[in-house]
Amino acid sequence: MAEYIEEEYFAPGHRACIGCGEALAVRLACKALGQNIIIVNATGCMEIVSSQLPYTSWRVPWIHTLFENTAAVASGIEAALKVMRGKGRGLAQEANVVAIAGDGGTSDIGLQALSGAMERGHDFLYLCFDNEAYMNTGIQRSSSTPFGAHTTTSPAGRRSIGQFSWKKDMPAIAVAHKIPYVATACPSYPKDLMRKVEKGLKIRGPAYLHILSVCPIGWRCATDLTIKIGRLAVQTGVFPLYEVENGKYSLNLDLPQLKPVAEYLKLQGRFRHLSDEVIKEIQQRVEEEYAKLKEKMAG
Amino acid sequence: MVKKVGMEISVAIGEVVKRVNADVIAAYPITPQTHIVEHLAELVAEGELDAAFIPVESEHSAMSACLGAAAVGARTFTASAGQGLELMHEVLYVASSMRLPIVMAVTNRALSAPLSVWGDHSDAMAVRDTGWIQIFTENGQEVVDNVLCAFRIGEDPRVLLPVMVHLDGFHLSHMIEPILLPEPSQVAKFLPENKYPLPLDPSRPVTMGDFGPPVIYSEAKKAQEVNLRAAKEVVLECWNEFARIFKHSYHPVECYRSEDAKVLLLAMGSFCETAMVAVDKMRGEGKAVGLLRLRLWRPFPFEEIRKAAQAAEVLIVLDRAISFGGPGGPVCSEVRSALYPLDKRPKVIGFVGGLGGRDITPDGFEAIISRGIEIAKKGSKEEFEIFGVRE
Repeated sequence: MAEYIEEEYFAPGHRACIGCGEALAVRLACKALGQNIIIVNATGCMEIVSSQLPYTSWRVPWIHTLFENTAAVASGIEAALKVMRGKGRGLAQEANVVAIAGDGGTSDIGLQALSGAMERGHDFLYLCFDNEAYMNTGIQRSSSTPFGAHTTTSPAGRRSIGQFSWKKDMPAIAVAHKIPYVATACPSYPKDLMRKVEKGLKIRGPAYLHILSVCPIGWRCATDLTIKIGRLAVQTGVFPLYEVENGKYSLNLDLPQLKPVAEYLKLQGRFRHLSDEVIKEIQQRVEEEYAKLKEKMAG
Repeated sequence: MVKKVGMEISVAIGEVVKRVNADVIAAYPITPQTHIVEHLAELVAEGELDAAFIPVESEHSAMSACLGAAAVGARTFTASAGQGLELMHEVLYVASSMRLPIVMAVTNRALSAPLSVWGDHSDAMAVRDTGWIQIFTENGQEVVDNVLCAFRIGEDPRVLLPVMVHLDGFHLSHMIEPILLPEPSQVAKFLPENKYPLPLDPSRPVTMGDFGPPVIYSEAKKAQEVNLRAAKEVVLECWNEFARIFKHSYHPVECYRSEDAKVLLLAMGSFCETAMVAVDKMRGEGKAVGLLRLRLWRPFPFEEIRKAAQAAEVLIVLDRAISFGGPGGPVCSEVRSALYPLDKRPKVIGFVGGLGGRDITPDGFEAIISRGIEIAKKGSKEEFEIFGVRE
């Protein structure tokens, strides 16, 4: 792993907010991806902070077109490179195709295109940087926003608990496509993240990596708590780190004892309105989900 | 000796795409475009065309996959129609704004509701401001010739724009006509290799599709406008070169018996051939009528329209699309606007007809011309009239 630590393919000087977990995750991912890649970026925070004309933060070929079509653009690139190589007029260097998008671009508006690309079996790596809401447009809820979280379109109020639905399980949706590799990661565990990016890149066929990215602005937390909150998400079982290789599950960080979710929730203003009862409900749900995940490991 | 072969026009389009050795075809089925992509899928499956056929899950993804393919320098083709073209709408802007040469055959179809799979130009007109080059065709040979030309025009380093070749749904797409396909040797002479100047390539990283703040957006759009307007010269050059090699000639505005005509009819697409029959009949009766067939819709051929129409007294424009609550049809309002600066100009009378596959016969065109002359003389309360509508 040491050899790719030095290079920065995602250049410093981007416009991400202080404490942005996504920028950190992208930087780490880029180290693992190396130089011979083409990145397709959905509309969202990362596109906005990294590509404002006339500047660019990208030292690798990079394309942004729209919000919901990232996986489809990646399909076109991957198919084109393959056929042109066969005709002897491809790129001088072979390139792997990497699609990156946020949780909205993945689990909401881009889900159809992603499903299509996974089903067709394109050889590409899809990285979802999940900051659990539409942060770029001002913290609106997505289907990846966790239950109870306050966002601008799921505000907590006298008649509202905040986000009214449970977080969509995107990795499970990817697994349902029977693709060769699905994993979760978090930049609070950088080596694990980079290892998974590297693995996903090498695997032939579609690979999906779901990366939890703490957003201090949207999560209403201190900007120096990004790493800590990411760790707590994992240690409480809210966001377990696991891999699914050809349908076989493995847990990367098995926790004999989960920390109470309250430790994770209390550091974030988006949950501050939650009553003890609701926190208990969340605790119960997290434990159930974790148990189900562990059952899959056994299977 | 090259011989004409009877074939369905949709199949013939597939044959041209095979002859230009396209790299990527991404498509989603929609009537009446299906026969084009079915034939291409078959050619790829049989190994007759070495291309990637990406059977995407929507038209939005079809055009998106085409963007990706074109951005790495692949020769890229798709086809769509009606609702499919509308679903692509936002992606169409990106293709032209990012200067990605993609060729698309559009089997023109009406838009819902009520659902209609049949032909009119509503889909083409809805995408007229997306920055694509748009060429209208009237028969199978024109379709085949212009699909070939579209690759040369779009991929020309002076242009680098996507091109739509329009053919009327069913009236053309499903017709079997005698067609002369281009010979491989002719294609080799006519169409250079696609060399996209700045593809996504790790050996020379580029950032494409950046975010444009207000200080730069207007400049980007001006550059695009200058580029599309300037593309007309390349279109003309391409058609001239095509005529030299293939002996078929094309012009932005095709004039039929229009010299000395006091009354001109202007139409687009396959209906022009029917309109010719009406013009011939009326000429036989000693009436000075002629026909203008608008072939190049974008970039709009201002000079050619002015030159062709300025001497007439009446210009009757038939649109196969409505601009609801507006001046009637987009073609009429644009033609009227193009002629407005002239000191001497014909009266422009607008008709809308042929919607959702409704046919217009030679008698129908005669009636349109006669009614147009009447309106020019006596005026009308309406901004435009819908031809043949039951009320």
